[in-house]
Amino acid sequence: MNKYTEDDLREELKTKEYEYGFYTDIESDTFPVGLNEDIVRAISHRKEEPEWMTEWRLEAFRAWEKMIEPEWANVHYTKPDFQAISYYSAPNSKPKYNSLDEVDPELLATFAKLGISLDEQKKLSGVAMDVVVDSVSVATTFKKTLGEKGIIFCSISEALREHPDLVKKYIGTVVPQKDNFYAALNSAVFSDGSFCYIPKGVKCPMELSTYFRINQAGTGQFERTLVIADEGSYVSYLEGCTAPSRDENQLHAAVVELIALDDAEIKYSTVQNWYPGNAEGKGGVFNFVTKRGLCEKNAKISWTQVETGSAVTWKYPSCVLKGDNSVGEFYSIAVTNNYQQADTGTKMIHLGKNTKSTIISKGISAGKSQNSYRGLVKISPNADNARNFSQCDSLLMGNECGAHTFPYIEAKNKSAKIEHEATTSKIGEDQIFYCNQRGIDTEKAIALIVNGFSKEVLNKLPMEFAVEAQKLLEISLEGSVG
Amino acid sequence: MDLKEKLTASFLAFENQVDTDTYVHDVRNEAIKIFEEKGFPTKKEEAWKYTSLNSVLKEDYSVFPKKENAIEYNDVKKYFIHDIDTFNVVFIDGKYSSHLSQTTHDGLDVCLMSSALTKPKYRLIIENYFNKAATKDSLPSLNTAFSSEGAYIHIPKNKLVQKPIQIIYFSTGNEAATMLQPRNLIVVDENSHVQIIERHQSLTDNPVLTNSVTEIFTNKRAIVDYYKIQNDNQSATLIDNTFIKQKQESVASVHTFAFGGKLVRNNLNFYQTGERIESTLKGVTIIGDKQHVDHNTLVHHIEPNCESHQDYKGIFGENSTGVFNGKIIVEKEAQKTNAFQANNNILISDKATINTKPQLEIFADDVKCSHGCTIGQLDESAMFYMRSRGIPEKEAKALLMYAFSNNVLSSVKIPEIKQRITKIIANKLGVNIGFDL
Repeated sequence: MNKYTEDDLREELKTKEYEYGFYTDIESDTFPVGLNEDIVRAISHRKEEPEWMTEWRLEAFRAWEKMIEPEWANVHYTKPDFQAISYYSAPNSKPKYNSLDEVDPELLATFAKLGISLDEQKKLSGVAMDVVVDSVSVATTFKKTLGEKGIIFCSISEALREHPDLVKKYIGTVVPQKDNFYAALNSAVFSDGSFCYIPKGVKCPMELSTYFRINQAGTGQFERTLVIADEGSYVSYLEGCTAPSRDENQLHAAVVELIALDDAEIKYSTVQNWYPGNAEGKGGVFNFVTKRGLCEKNAKISWTQVETGSAVTWKYPSCVLKGDNSVGEFYSIAVTNNYQQADTGTKMIHLGKNTKSTIISKGISAGKSQNSYRGLVKISPNADNARNFSQCDSLLMGNECGAHTFPYIEAKNKSAKIEHEATTSKIGEDQIFYCNQRGIDTEKAIALIVNGFSKEVLNKLPMEFAVEAQKLLEISLEGSVG
Repeated sequence: MDLKEKLTASFLAFENQVDTDTYVHDVRNEAIKIFEEKGFPTKKEEAWKYTSLNSVLKEDYSVFPKKENAIEYNDVKKYFIHDIDTFNVVFIDGKYSSHLSQTTHDGLDVCLMSSALTKPKYRLIIENYFNKAATKDSLPSLNTAFSSEGAYIHIPKNKLVQKPIQIIYFSTGNEAATMLQPRNLIVVDENSHVQIIERHQSLTDNPVLTNSVTEIFTNKRAIVDYYKIQNDNQSATLIDNTFIKQKQESVASVHTFAFGGKLVRNNLNFYQTGERIESTLKGVTIIGDKQHVDHNTLVHHIEPNCESHQDYKGIFGENSTGVFNGKIIVEKEAQKTNAFQANNNILISDKATINTKPQLEIFADDVKCSHGCTIGQLDESAMFYMRSRGIPEKEAKALLMYAFSNNVLSSVKIPEIKQRITKIIANKLGVNIGFDL
C-alpha cells in the first residue's frame, strides 16, 4: 500500500499551483491610474449617478485623505500604492444582453472553466445571478421571476438610477463613509456591486448570487453590496469570488451592508478564492473587506464564509443586534497555505434585549501561512439576557505555520451569558492510526478529519454553494479533503 | 509639572544620592531613557486598551520618601500572616523597617535590595540577574531607573526553606500622596524550594501609587510558590510587574488574590527557557464599588515539553471593572507544549463591566492549547435549592461565590493563607460564615 503521510501532504500543498489561474482577454475601458477628486467625479459621472451620490462620494474621499492606513492586524505586507491603481474598468462589450447568446463567448468560457457557467447555473440550480466582471454587471438573470414578487435584485448603479430613494435611505447607514480607511476608500470609488431589496413579508424563492472577479491588470475592485430585507422577509444571498493568476498584488476593498428590518432574516454566504499568490508568496490579492449587518426587532443575520484565497485577508463580517430578540450568527472556515495571511473574525454588538449570537470559526493553516481569529463580543448595559457562544478551533499542518486567536469580550450587563472557547491542535497520529486500522488509507483519513473539522460550518452553506465550497477546499488543501 | 516630568527631573538627584555601582548605574540610565521616550502607557496601546491611568497620574505624588516613619507592630499585626513562623521583609514608605522585619543570612539570603546593590559580595548575582527578566516597557523601566530598595532573596542549591517569606510594603500616608517603586529580586538555585507572600498595604486614605517590579529566577528543578494578597484601601493604586524566568524542570506558581485597591494592574510574565517546565497562574478577583482590576498575563513557551496552567476567577459588583488579558505564545521549537487557560467571570451588578481577551499565538503544530472564557450569573436552581432548605439569600449567594472561586483556593499550599483568604472573601461578601463547612 502506498503510504500517504502528512509529510507527503505538506509536500503536495507546497507544490500545488492555483488551478484557476488564467486570464480572460476582454478589452476594457480603463481610467488613468491615480486617485483625486476628478477621478471620483468621473466615476460618478460615468455611472450616471444623481448629484447627491457624487457629493456623498466626495465626502468619503475627503475623509479618506485624512485617514491613516491601519496597521493593527496581525498581517505583514507591502502597502498598496493608492496612486498607482486604476479605479475604474468596465468590459467594453456593451450594451446589456437579453440572452446568454449575446454574451462575449470568451467570458462564457471563463465561467465554464470555473465550472459556474451561467447556463448550468440557470438550468440546474435555479440561481439568479448578477455577474460582475470587473465592476460592471453584464448579465442579470431571473430578474423577471423576482420582479413578480416585487424583489429588486440588480447592480447598484442600476439601483441608483432606478431606485434612488431606497439607496439614499439605506446606503452608509450600517457602514458609514468614514467608518474606516478601506470603507472610506470604497465609498469614494466603488464602481459597482449588487443591490437587493426584499419587500415586506416576501420570502425570496431562490438563492441570490453574485460572482465577483478581478480581471483587468492593475485594477482594484471596489464593490458595494447593499441588501435590504423589509419586515418579515427572508433572503439567502450567495457571493463567490475567484480571480486569475497575476504577479502584482491586487487590491480588493469591498463594503457589504445588510439591513434586516423587524422579523426579517438574511443569510449571507461567501466563498472566497481570490488568487493567493504562488508558492513563494509572490503576488496574490489583498482582501480588505468591511461587512456589517444591522438587525432590527426579531431579525436574524447569518454570515457564512469559506475563505481559501487571497494573499492577505482582513475581514470581520459583523452584526449589530439593535432590535430586541435579534440573532446574529457567524460561521467561518479560513484556510491558509504557503505564504497566505488571514486575519478574520467577527463582531457581535449586542444592543437590544434577549439578543443571541453564535460564532463558530475554524482555521486551517498549512505551509508558511499565518491564520488569525480576531473577534469582538460586546454586551451593552441595556442588552438584558444577551447570550453568546463562541468557538474557535485551529488546525495546524506543519511547524512553519501559525494560528492565533484574539477574542475581545466586553460585558456591561449582569444578565449576560458569554462562553468562549478555543483550541489548537494538529491531526493526531492516533486519529490517523484509528482510521488506518479500519482500512482507511492515510489520505482518506486526513480528508475525513479535515472534513469533520469543518463540517459544522460547511453544513451551514446553502446546497448550491456547498459543492463549490468543497471544490475550493480541495484546491487549497488538495489531498486532505475527500 | 506632570508626573513624568517630575520623575525624569528628579532622576539626577536620585542617582547622586545612592551609591553607584557601574553596572546598575548603566542599567538605570538606560531605563530612564526608555521611560522618557515612552512615557506612561495610554489607552491607545493594545495592552492598556481597557485600563486608563489618567485618574491615577493626576495626583501630585511625592516621589522620594522623606523620612523614616515608625509604626507599631500591634497596629499592623493583622496584615501579617502572623499565626505561623515566617521570615519578614517589611518596608514603611519605601524604607526598610528593621524592627518589623526578620531577615537572615544563615544558609540563605533574605535581605535588602539596597545592600545587594552596593555590597561587593552580591555583585556577581546582581550582574547575572538584575533586570535580566524585566521587559523594556515603560513602567518596568521607570521602576528600574529608580530601583534602590526592595526584597533580595537568594536561595542557594539544594535548600528547602522551612519558613515562608513575607514581603510587606506599608505606606503611612504621612504625605498627601506617595509614589513607591519597590524592586524585588528572587533567585532560587537548583533543587531549592521557597514560598513567598507579598502584600502592599496603605494605612490611611491618602493616595498611594505603587509601581512594583519583581524578578524571579527559578533554576533547574527549583520550586517557587508565590502568593500576592491585594486587599488595599480604595485610595491605593498598584501596578505590579512580575517576571519569572524558569530553567528546565522548575515549577513556579503565582496566586493573585485581588480584593482591594482603586486600580490594580497585574502584569505577570512567565518565560519558559528550558524543557519540562511547569507554570501555574491562578487568581481570584472579588471587587465592588468603583474598583478596577486588570490581570495581564503572558506565558511564553520557548522550549519543548512544557506545561502552563492558568485559572482566573472574577466576581464583579457595583461599578467595578474587571479586565483579563491573557496571552500564550508558543514558539516553533516548543513542540509538545500543553497550555491551558480559563477565565470565568460573574457579573452581579448592572453597572459592572468585564473586558476579557484571552489570546493564543501558536507557531508549533504538535501542541495542545486551549482556552475557555465565560461570563455568567449564579445558578438559579442552585440558589433555589439552598433557599428551599432555609439558607438565607445572602449566605446562599456567598456560598455559591465561594464555591466558584474554590478551584483557585484549593491549590494554595499554605493552610494559613487559605484561611486568611477565606476570611477576606467572607468579609467582602458581607457574610459571617467560615466556609470550612
